[in-house]
Amino acid sequence: MISLTEMPAGKKGTIAAINGGYGLVKKLDKMGFRIGKEITKVSGQWMKGPVVIRSGNTEIAIGFGMANKIMVEVK
Amino acid sequence: MKILLTGNPNVGKSVVFNRLTGVDVISSNYPGTTIDFAKGYMNIAGEQIELIDVPGIYTLEPTCKAEEIAIQMLKDGDIIIQVIDATNLERNLNLTLQLIKYKKPMVIALNLFDETKHTGISIDVEKLEQIIDIPCIPTCALTGQGIKELVERIKDARLSSFVYNDSQRWNEIGDIISKVQKITHKHHTFSEILGDVSVKPLTGIPLLILVLLLTFTLIRFIGEGLISYVFEPFFKEVWAPIMLKFSDLLGQQGFFHDLLIGKLIDGRIDYGQSFGLLTTGLFVPLGAVLPYVFAFYTVLAFLEDSGYLPRMAVMADTIMHKTGLHGLAIIPMLLGLGCNVPGVLATRILETRKEKFIAATLLSIAIPCMALQAMLFGLLGHYGIKGLGIVFGTLIVVWFIIGLMLRKIIKGTSPEIFVEIPPYRIPYLNGVIKKVWMRLKWFIKEAVPFVLLGVLIANLLYTFGVIQFIGKITGPVFTYLLGLPKEAAGALIIGFLRKDLAIGMLIPLNMTLKQLVVASVVLSMYFPCVATFAVLLKELGVIDLLKSTMIMVLSALITGGLLNMILSMTLN
Repeated sequence: MISLTEMPAGKKGTIAAINGGYGLVKKLDKMGFRIGKEITKVSGQWMKGPVVIRSGNTEIAIGFGMANKIMVEVK
Repeated sequence: MKILLTGNPNVGKSVVFNRLTGVDVISSNYPGTTIDFAKGYMNIAGEQIELIDVPGIYTLEPTCKAEEIAIQMLKDGDIIIQVIDATNLERNLNLTLQLIKYKKPMVIALNLFDETKHTGISIDVEKLEQIIDIPCIPTCALTGQGIKELVERIKDARLSSFVYNDSQRWNEIGDIISKVQKITHKHHTFSEILGDVSVKPLTGIPLLILVLLLTFTLIRFIGEGLISYVFEPFFKEVWAPIMLKFSDLLGQQGFFHDLLIGKLIDGRIDYGQSFGLLTTGLFVPLGAVLPYVFAFYTVLAFLEDSGYLPRMAVMADTIMHKTGLHGLAIIPMLLGLGCNVPGVLATRILETRKEKFIAATLLSIAIPCMALQAMLFGLLGHYGIKGLGIVFGTLIVVWFIIGLMLRKIIKGTSPEIFVEIPPYRIPYLNGVIKKVWMRLKWFIKEAVPFVLLGVLIANLLYTFGVIQFIGKITGPVFTYLLGLPKEAAGALIIGFLRKDLAIGMLIPLNMTLKQLVVASVVLSMYFPCVATFAVLLKELGVIDLLKSTMIMVLSALITGGLLNMILSMTLN
């Protein structure tokens, strides 16, 4: 299990844990991202920039700090 | 009766609203375009119905202030039309299920339905309607498909009989999806590949630079072309002779002559120096600025509707973080390059007070609006990099330094970026034309009266010696600190009303390049125009506005003073 920031771009994985507060869980949930959801990491940026992930037709950009709290099981 | 249009951000609510009411509202391809509600009316079977376009929400449990306000608004509706992005059924149904518990009669517009076809999604609409027990109408609001059916079925709006346990919401949704939606395997489309390329650092950064270069080149090319081939010839060959005849009629002098036509320079009309209402007063907004405003909004419309802006936000995020903002703040900045008023309004897409304050202040200080830029191009364009380059370069450096400082000084939090990235779409030409037209109309309505008022006031102030008087008492600041002639005080006073006119007032002063550069930078920074000031007051409140204004004046004086010192040693 690694965090979204460590996950290599282009890989698929499943969200395994969200090590953040209720706020982060809720924010992700409203966009349809929750534990068990399969995602693809589209990109990360240099110098702690945001991470872009996709699930189905939804693509979101998440700040580095938040992405660091999202743990994934990489396939 | 009152109908509310709601739904997730960027599903096309504003386009549906426009189709239903005929009221023009700005729509784009990024979440958060609609920052305020819009109201319009439609007729159903002879009854006039009020329709409200509510800013987008993902859930009924707000996670920020903007969502809270949007959710509050739902209370007043008799009927709710939920606009759904049919290519994102699962996430959109999450809101549907919550709305069902909200107990208001509902109708659903399955918008962007045409896009489901080439994304390999097929939705069984009848079955969906059966399960959730709400009328569902497939629509494509951009082309108007399905809108008639939507209107016809508003009368069928009803309270759903669908029941579920809230803790099982996502499971229920999964269940519905498995029954009504089939996804056929499809290959990566070109737009998806381009989408990935745009947010990967190795390809995204060069692309961002390319887009920015192309944007500014196009704006200059279109703006300059329109001026030299259409607007200047018109004002020189057509309008000037008419004004000269009119001048003869008025006897070539006198109070009214000078007010309307201004002073004749060597028996001719000089739009830079005559300073009459019908000469300079019309030439500045219509002849010099309008072509650039048109160019800017045309290019902006393509950027907005393509879906590039959220990707630009991702690429700009790291830099924006240094100023206490996040990538999404690039959107108000970009809108501010057109006009600071919509720029300041767009700071509402930022969450905290700190972010809004920083964004609004940076915007007012270091983001010159298109009207100001157009005049700068005219004033300094022929000096090349030494003129425009120094002015814009200084503004960029100032933007960054003040951002760095505000991030440290201003209390509060700077949340991270969290934004949905819509798919790339080919801008719909009719939509682009309409949007550009709306913004031009707005510009003409707002700018022309203010410029005319500015010309009038400038004339009166000169006639009564007020500008000369202010020039005298503020003289030391102008001559010692900024190295400007004291007559420049007039431009600074008129700059409160319109920046473009203020730059125009510098032309007759015969200043050196150094003075022109310093005056341009100070004029850009020292204070926003009165229209921007009014929205700043509304968005920030009195106390924060006073703080922001202090920062503006101080930074303008410091920057102007430093620039004067440095340029005295290097230029000339």
